Amino acid sequence: MKKLMKGNEAIAEAAVRGGCRAFFGYPITPQNEIPEYLSKRLPEVGGCFIQAESEVAAINMVYGAAGSGARAMTSSSSPGISLKQEGISYICGAELPCVIVNMVRGGPGLGGIQPAQSDYFQAVKGGGHGDYHMLVYGPNTVQEAVDIMYDAFDKADKYRMPVMILGDGMIGQIMEAVELPEMKDPAAFPKKEWATDGTGVGASRRIINSLYIEPDVLEKVNHRLFDRYKELEENELRYEEYLVEDAEIVIVAYGTVARISKSAVNALREKGIKAGLLRPITLYPFPAKAIAKVAAEANVKKFVAVELSMGQMIEDVKLAVNGAKPVEFYGRTGGNVMTPEDIVEFVEKEVK
Amino acid sequence: MATVFKKTKMLTDVPFHYCPGCTHGIAHRLVAECLEEIGCEGNVVGIAPVGCAVFAYNYFNVDIQEVAHGRAPAAATGVKRTHPDTIVFAYQGDGDLASIGTAEIVHAAARGENITVIFINNAIYGMTGGQMAPTTLIGQKSTTSQQGRTVPLNGNPIKVCEMLSTLDGPAYIARAALCDPANVAKAKKAIKRGFEMQMQKKGFSLIELLSTCPTNWGMTPVQATEYVKENMTKQFPLGVFKDIDKESK
Ligand SMILES: Cc1ncc(C[n+]2csc(CCOP(=O)(O)OP(=O)(O)O)c2C)c(N)n1
Ligand code: SF4
Ligand SMILES: [Mg+2]
Repeated sequence: MKKLMKGNEAIAEAAVRGGCRAFFGYPITPQNEIPEYLSKRLPEVGGCFIQAESEVAAINMVYGAAGSGARAMTSSSSPGISLKQEGISYICGAELPCVIVNMVRGGPGLGGIQPAQSDYFQAVKGGGHGDYHMLVYGPNTVQEAVDIMYDAFDKADKYRMPVMILGDGMIGQIMEAVELPEMKDPAAFPKKEWATDGTGVGASRRIINSLYIEPDVLEKVNHRLFDRYKELEENELRYEEYLVEDAEIVIVAYGTVARISKSAVNALREKGIKAGLLRPITLYPFPAKAIAKVAAEANVKKFVAVELSMGQMIEDVKLAVNGAKPVEFYGRTGGNVMTPEDIVEFVEKEVK
Repeated sequence: MATVFKKTKMLTDVPFHYCPGCTHGIAHRLVAECLEEIGCEGNVVGIAPVGCAVFAYNYFNVDIQEVAHGRAPAAATGVKRTHPDTIVFAYQGDGDLASIGTAEIVHAAARGENITVIFINNAIYGMTGGQMAPTTLIGQKSTTSQQGRTVPLNGNPIKVCEMLSTLDGPAYIARAALCDPANVAKAKKAIKRGFEMQMQKKGFSLIELLSTCPTNWGMTPVQATEYVKENMTKQFPLGVFKDIDKESK
C-alpha cells in the first residue's frame, strides 16, 4: 500500500527498514526531518539516536559505531557535510561501511537553504583529503530515494565503503506516495569479522586504522581501494535513458532536475525537436561509457548538461563525450530552480 | 624461583616506540594492568589518538580503533552505543583532548557517556616536535613559545579535570602524576576506579596523568620527572575531583 510521505521521512524509514540501528547527526536545514524522525523511530527498534555536538563529532561517532559493526548513518546538508569531510576520509581510509545523506543547499559559505546540486564535486571527486571515492547516488523521486536507501547498507557492507545519497534539497522536502519495503532482518546480515566488537585478543585482535607509515603499504591500500571502485563500475553503475535512441539533443541531468528535464524533453518533442534524456542514477561511478556510446551516434548533435549549479557534472559529461560532440550548459543556482519551459527555451536557442 | 613481576597479558609483545624516559610507556602498562585486574579480557575496545600514542593499537591486546585527531570521545561513543556491555576506553594527549578535541570531550562528559578516558598531559605536542599545548605551563618554553608561554599572548593552561567536574555527567574524575613510584601507584588506583565505574554503568570517567616528554622538554628523564613533581603539580593539583559514590554518601 502506498503512503504519502515527505522525502526526508521516507528516507529515514527506509534506512530503518534497511537495517540502520545507529544515527548520529547535528541539526541543519533542509534535512532536519531525518534526525527528528529517527530520534523517535530508532529507539522503537532497539537502535541508537544521538544528536551530536557537531557534524565533526557525528561523523566520528559513525566511525566508531561502523567500526564496531553497527549499521550506522548520518545525514546533513552542505555546510555540515563540509565539516564531516575529515571523518569521511578516515572512514574511507579505514574501509568502514556507513551511509551519509546530503540534502544539498546552495553555497558557498552559509549559502541558502533552498535546493542545489553544487556539492557534486565534493561528493564524487573525494571531498576530503587523499585518494578515495564513495558510492554516490542522485535519486530523482522519493520512491527511488527510498529504494536506494533501503539497499544502501548492503552495498556499504559489501564494498566496505560509505554510500552517499546526494539529494538536491527538493527530494527531502516534497511529499510523494511511496511503497515502503519490508523490514530487513538484522539476524540475516553478514557477520563482520573485521569489526572491533571487543572480543578480540592476541591473534584474533581487530584494528580499525587508516595509518600506514610505510609508503609501499599505503600504496597497496590505495590500489586495493581503487580495485574496489572498478568493481563498483562493473556491478553498481546505474543510469536511465529516455528517448535517447533517435535524439539530436541529449540532456544529461540527475536528481529532481532530471524530472524537470524529462518534462522539457516531452515538450520539445511536441515542438518537433528530437530531444532525449540521459539520467545518471549513480554519480560515482559515473555512466561515462554510456554517454560516450551516445556521443558516437550519428543522430546526436549536441549534449546539454542541466544542473542546479554553475556547472559541475558537466565536467564529467565532457570527459565522457571527449570532444566527439559539443556539450552546452544550462544551470540555475542560489536555490533557484529552473522550470521545464526554461530548459525548452534554452534548447530551442541551441538548435537554431 | 618466585615470580616478582610479570608483564600483563593485556599488552602485546611489541616493543614500545616511545623515547627513553617517556611516561607513555608507564601509562600503557597501568591501563593494561587495570584491564587485566578488572577481568575484562576479550570484552574491551580501545580508542587510540593522534599524537605520540598513535601506535597504541600495536600495544594494547584488545580490539582497537585508531581515530582522527581529537575525536576519540566521539568514536568511543559510537562504539559504546553499539556494545553497551563492552569496556570502552580512549587514550588521548593534551593537544588531542584539550585543544582540537575540546568539544568532543566536554560533550561526552556532559552526556555521561559510559566510557573511560585516559588523558596524558605532558604539557606539549610531543609527536609534532614540541609545540605549545593548551596545558603548557606559564613560562614553559616550546618551539612555538620560545621565550616561554605568557598569559597576554597565549592565555592560561586549561585545567581539564576542574573544568569537566563542573558537569553533571561524569562519575569519576581524577588527576595523578607519573613522577615517582608512590604517585604511579596512586595513578593505577585512579585508573582502576575509572574502569570500575564504567563496569557499574555509572557514567563517564576521566583520569588525567601528568606525564613527561623528556625529548621535547630538553631534559633528562630524571629532570623531567622532577619537573612534573615541582612545576606541573602546582598548576595541576593532584586529587579526585569527582566521585559520585562519595558524593551520594
Ligand atoms: C587535523 C590534524 N591536525 C594536526 C595534526 C598533527 N598532529 C599530530 S599529533 C599532534 C599533537 C599531539 O599532541 P598531544 O595530543 O599532546 O600528544 P603527544 O604527542 O604529546 O602525546 C598534532 C597537532 C593531525 N594529525 N591532524
Ligand atoms: S616525543 Fe615526548 S611524548 Fe613523544 S614519545 Fe618522545 S618523550 Fe614521549
Ligand atoms: Mg602532549
